[in-house]
Amino acid sequence: MTLIPHNETDAVYVVRNAAAQGTRLALCGGNTRSGFGNPVSSDEMLSARGLSGIVDYEPAEMVMTAKAGTSVAEIEAVLAANRQMMAFEPMDHRGIMGTTGEPTIGGVFAANVSGPRRFVAGAARDSLLGIRFINGKGEAIRAGGRVMKNVTGLDLVKLLAGSHGTLGFLTEVTFRVLPVPQAVETIVISGLDDAAAAKAMAAAMALPVEVSGAAHLPQTVRDRFIGGALPEGEATVLRLEGLLASVSVRAEKLAAVMEALGPITRLGMEESQKLWHEIRDVHPYADGTQKPLWHVSVAPSAGHQLVAALRLEAGVDAFYDWQGGLIWMRMEADPEAELLRRYIRALGGGHATLMRASDAVRAETPAFEPLPDAVAALSARVKQKLDPAGIFSAGKMGW
Amino acid sequence: MSEAIRFLPPRPAVLSRRAAIIADLTDLLPADCLVHEPRELVPFETDAFISYRRLPLAVVLPRTTAQVAAVMRYCHRYGIPVVPRGAGTSLSGGAIPQEDAVVLGLSRMSRILEVDYANRTAIVQAGVTNLSISETVGVDGFFYAPDPSSQLACTIGGNIGMNSGGAHCLKYGVTTNNLLGVKMVLVDGTVIELGGKHLDAAGYDLLGLVCGSEGQLGIVTEAAVRLIAKPEGARPVLFGFETSEAAGACVADIIGAGIIPVAIEFMDKPAIEICEAFAQAGYPLDVGALLIVEVEGSEAEMDTMLAGIVEIARRHDVKTVRECQSAMEAALIWKGRKSAFGATGRIADYICMDGTVPLGKLSYVLNKTSEIIERFGLRVANVFHAGDGNMHPLILFNANDPEDAARAEEAGNEILKLCVDAGGCLTGEHGVGIEKRDLMRHQYSDAELAQQMAVRSAFDEDWILNPSKVFPLEGRPVA
Repeated sequence: MTLIPHNETDAVYVVRNAAAQGTRLALCGGNTRSGFGNPVSSDEMLSARGLSGIVDYEPAEMVMTAKAGTSVAEIEAVLAANRQMMAFEPMDHRGIMGTTGEPTIGGVFAANVSGPRRFVAGAARDSLLGIRFINGKGEAIRAGGRVMKNVTGLDLVKLLAGSHGTLGFLTEVTFRVLPVPQAVETIVISGLDDAAAAKAMAAAMALPVEVSGAAHLPQTVRDRFIGGALPEGEATVLRLEGLLASVSVRAEKLAAVMEALGPITRLGMEESQKLWHEIRDVHPYADGTQKPLWHVSVAPSAGHQLVAALRLEAGVDAFYDWQGGLIWMRMEADPEAELLRRYIRALGGGHATLMRASDAVRAETPAFEPLPDAVAALSARVKQKLDPAGIFSAGKMGW
Repeated sequence: MSEAIRFLPPRPAVLSRRAAIIADLTDLLPADCLVHEPRELVPFETDAFISYRRLPLAVVLPRTTAQVAAVMRYCHRYGIPVVPRGAGTSLSGGAIPQEDAVVLGLSRMSRILEVDYANRTAIVQAGVTNLSISETVGVDGFFYAPDPSSQLACTIGGNIGMNSGGAHCLKYGVTTNNLLGVKMVLVDGTVIELGGKHLDAAGYDLLGLVCGSEGQLGIVTEAAVRLIAKPEGARPVLFGFETSEAAGACVADIIGAGIIPVAIEFMDKPAIEICEAFAQAGYPLDVGALLIVEVEGSEAEMDTMLAGIVEIARRHDVKTVRECQSAMEAALIWKGRKSAFGATGRIADYICMDGTVPLGKLSYVLNKTSEIIERFGLRVANVFHAGDGNMHPLILFNANDPEDAARAEEAGNEILKLCVDAGGCLTGEHGVGIEKRDLMRHQYSDAELAQQMAVRSAFDEDWILNPSKVFPLEGRPVA
């Protein structure tokens, strides 16, 4: 059964009852990302989709408050009408996970979902200013607020962001928004191998041109973007955004440096938007299969080394975002979790999250990177302080 | 010295073992890492919140994470309070010790361990000063963005403790947005690492929780921070307005127009006069309020942005517009602003408030602040980060007059409550410390405070880390 409270008071009531009776609840929003993490042991589902609507939006203050079950589509439409956006570019997981339904804003923050701009503009958690949530005792708790600078007490906002519904039931979120850039342009450098691309992206980030997207699309995926319109060869793509006059000046500068590395193509506004949208949503692997798909975060310079090492031992297809530090990795057969995680540790650390796999594989593969003992123990104590009875999304994060 | 804010009573079991504790610490650490002669403890009795002071039991100044861990293991075992300290520049009393506490100073862990441009990361020890990072990487075209006014002295460890901001966080965010990882010693001496050169956390965002936790969750000994490529140029412009209202409205319109400068700083008339007298920055003295708006980028970009900003300012009857013609002039403009606290300290004692309010409430809160100050018969100078609503009223008073000091504290409390009631918060970047501790119930419900305290207990069950701070002394989960 799915419980769908329509206001915070009802949500408090539902959680109190569940806590009293030891009913385990699987928390969800639009269910487009519910496949995240480890399988959940639950008696009932608790959905935020009955908590819907934009509560407050002050474009001049660049702040929006919305109930957790509000659809991302509604929020994006209202923001777009005011020429604003969520700077962290939340990805839509429906493509890669084969889900349907409407992603919710609560789900975005509960899973700390970000897109290509994350490596310069911060993650979802960096834009999240305040929340209301119900803790495992059934108490309504506010954390943070609606101002950007706030160090009043412990930052429970960050703690709840990315906690995947294991610490509290989000009922309302307040987040910062930014103006939509006037212009967007993409510089494509063709023909670089993964290692050369990593160097090129690092060099671009060292220039004062404010690159806001840096991805590398190897040969195997290149023609699956923007209808195959990217030029022949591997594509290293660098995005520039901002005022019209400024973007063209910066594009000239960036192209002048990059043309020493390979042939340059420049994409205008429309193609750029389509391309970065597809990178955001991991278009090449929205393939309707259940081939294991990893989201791997490592130091940008380690990304290509990791993929190269794995290729010697497993069938891997991959592309890179976040200057090379985010690797979307599709395995041909076995998820190779242990191998992958061993190499991540060897290359200086990071984490791999299994986003998709068959049920059989998911049942035996920890979805999230295992934590060192001391951090795991600390996390368990934190969980106990927010959800003493352990009723929220049990098992999802490994506890 | 003020007495209005209480500290926890010292633990008798600790005080009575003072000699033994010092002997044990002597065994644990090299001789030059321990301070315990009463005379030598004096420099550690307060921080930049100087109205309160307490002599600690001892001060340890470790050089390594292993030494920090040894001290924590020992203090945890015997229930000895530990007060972490960076440079001691806290404006909220975050580093003020107490009689039964060991001050754990990180000032000797001041090395930049690694600069990694390919990954735009610097790994630094906690005692490294904020400014020294930007100075080190500046020659290679990078910088570290958060820039609190005390950046010459304050340490990264302290910045993490208070989630420090600065003038330029409108564009680049505060410490938490620029922190990639920490090495941290837990209360029992266990050393953990959170984050690193990669983005986002595996598991809960404990890094985000630690940032701004005021030394109550553990001792950060190393940090990985984000480096950013320096813009080609930066240009501050001075705008003088007849009234604070006009300046406030101009700020709202700049942001509303979709222009995000790197910084928008606000000064009212008293602040302008104080800073000008000190820094001779060339601030106009015939205006009621001043904005310093800084844009960055190439010359062409700055011209475009500034043209838009000037046009908006004209709609608000700007009286003075001064674009600087040289880097020296730009530096001077910032010197005036950044020396505001120091300059104020030359003419009077002051306490500096740090409430944040939604941008739309700036004018309202400024007016109400004036009313409160007048009612208490005090003076105030306002200087703050207008782009993000982080206000810094400096309440001037005479510290030698206990009644005046008490009035200043009371007026400050009213102003902070005003900020909360206007939809803001008690502190934007200075931290709660002891200063705002007893106002926490004005911002949070009992359940909310209890939740925060419970999470705190998950890290430090006996509450030995910086125990007199942040949470009201009554109603704690520990005795």
